[in-house]
Parts: sequence; structure tokens; C-alpha cells
Amino acid sequence: MRLAVVTFPGSNCDYDVYQAIKSVGGVPEFIWHRDAALDSVDAVVLPGGFSYGDYLRAGAIARMSPIMEQVVTFAAGGGPVLGICNGFQILCEAGLLPGALTRNDTLKFESKDVWVRVENADTTFSRDYGQGQALRMPIAHAEGNYYADEETLDSLESGGQVVFRYCDPSGHDGEGWNPNGSARSIAGIRNEAGNVLGMMPHPERAVEEVLGSVDGLGVFTSLLRQLSPAAA
Amino acid sequence: MTRHHLEIRIIPRPGLLDPEGKAIHHALDSLGYESVRNVRVGKAIYVDLEAPSSEEAIAEAEAMCRGLLANPVTEDFEIGMASPAAEPGETS
Repeated sequence: MRLAVVTFPGSNCDYDVYQAIKSVGGVPEFIWHRDAALDSVDAVVLPGGFSYGDYLRAGAIARMSPIMEQVVTFAAGGGPVLGICNGFQILCEAGLLPGALTRNDTLKFESKDVWVRVENADTTFSRDYGQGQALRMPIAHAEGNYYADEETLDSLESGGQVVFRYCDPSGHDGEGWNPNGSARSIAGIRNEAGNVLGMMPHPERAVEEVLGSVDGLGVFTSLLRQLSPAAA
Repeated sequence: MTRHHLEIRIIPRPGLLDPEGKAIHHALDSLGYESVRNVRVGKAIYVDLEAPSSEEAIAEAEAMCRGLLANPVTEDFEIGMASPAAEPGETS
């Protein structure tokens, strides 16, 4: 299974994502943002970082890269697309996911481990988790405050599109566990069709014991299992 | 074709949390400006462009705002003609 990892100028999690994919048996492949083709890949990952220095708005300029036209077409055809951190911001800017990621309400760059609860374990990216399972993963962002109007939030909730939500270590909602002010503590959402996921936490930084958590593995194993059900 | 100097103001939607504006408000308070009731932070983008008329220059800038410069989910925009002398970075 070939998974494209798109590198933009300023991406800095591309190697971590590459390694995470490899560690679960996938075949990662770097794609430079100026490449205009996504040749026979099975999934696309937009990694985290600071594409174009976050100029204008985080993700706004990366969205204009030649490769993004291909990513939009790939997603429209049902191809799985995973955006992590800056990748999530790019997916919102590109209109592949609703809403926007705005400045953290803390006004700080938040770099720490957080807990997220699996709100929907029946998705391409979360099927290897249990419903309601609490996961520990790092965040590292200044613009992770998810915003959408109430109507959009309601439709995300009712459509099972909220995949990950910030929670306390026991998996419950709790005061002080939303690290950035996100609406309804949303940490990750998928699109209506279910093939595009954006999340602020970094699952690729939680894939080995030595990193302090292996809770991020499930995102990658879920995706691989979706792509090759026979091998799972 | 005439060269037009535009000032494009990008403003966060009213009601949207503006933590930066809030922090500045607090700072103004501590400076003694207790009359301040609200502070919001946006940004200004200065664009020079060639267009047959100022109306067409503004129409083009509106398209730029919708396509890239403003995020329709969180931001509004206003476009005005800027005086060339007021522009930063312009060399004479």
C-alpha cells in the first residue's frame, strides 16, 4: 500500500509520518508540493509543520500548491486523505473540511501531551480504536482553536463527523482539558463522505514506547487495514 | 491602464473570539486607558495593481479576498484606495 506524504516548504513532520507509516507496514513516499501528479497512491497524508511560515493564515498558501489540485481530485474520488496539524489547517483552507483553525485562546504556542477521546470508532482512520477510548498524543500548534458556526457544529455532531475530542485522562469531559479553546473541544473531524480526516494532535509522534505513547498507531493501522482488508 | 494603490483590511468576524484583541485591551487598561470598551485586531494588505478604472481595481481585489486573502469562515474584508505616499516599502 503506497501512501503519499506531501512535503511543503516548511513541513517538519514529514519524516515522522514517513517513519510511522513504515512502522505499521505501509509504503510511504515523499511527494514534493510542486509535483503536479499523484501517481497510483492509495492514500495521501498532509503532515504538520509551518508551510510557508504560516504567512497570511496557517495553511492558506500551501492550499495553492500545484499538488493540492490533485489532492482535491483524489479526495473527490473517495481516496483517503489524512491531515495532521498544519495538514488539518490546509484541508480546512482547501475546503475539504468545514470550519477553520484560529489562534489558541491561550494566545500561546501549545506544545504538550493531551488526551483525546475516540468519538467515532467507525471511520477509515479510527477503526482500530475502541469507541470512547482515551488516547494520549502530543500537540504543537498556535492555531488549533477549531471554529465553525453553530449550524455546522451541530451537523458535524449529528453526522458522526467529530472523530476525536479533547478530554481528561479518564476519557471524560473536564474543565481545563481543552488546550486551545476549540469549539465543543473538537480535536479531529472527518468530512461527510468519511474519506478525509483532519486532526490537530500528532499521532505520528505517539507510535513507539520510547516516545512516551503508542496511542497514535491506531490512526495508521486503521488506514492500512481499510486499504487492504484482506491483509488485516 | 492606471496603477491603483489599494488598502485591503481583513477583519475578524464580530462575535468571533479575538484573543489578541483581548490581550491588547488588557494592556491598554493597565496603561490607564479605562475608556476602552473593545479592541479587535485585523490586518491590512497593500496591493498595487494595474486596472482601467478604480472600480475594476476594487472588483479584482474583492475576488482576491474571496479566493485567498480572507477566510470566509472567520473574516470580513473592506477595500479602500490607499494614498501611494502612505505605503510602506514603496521606493521613489
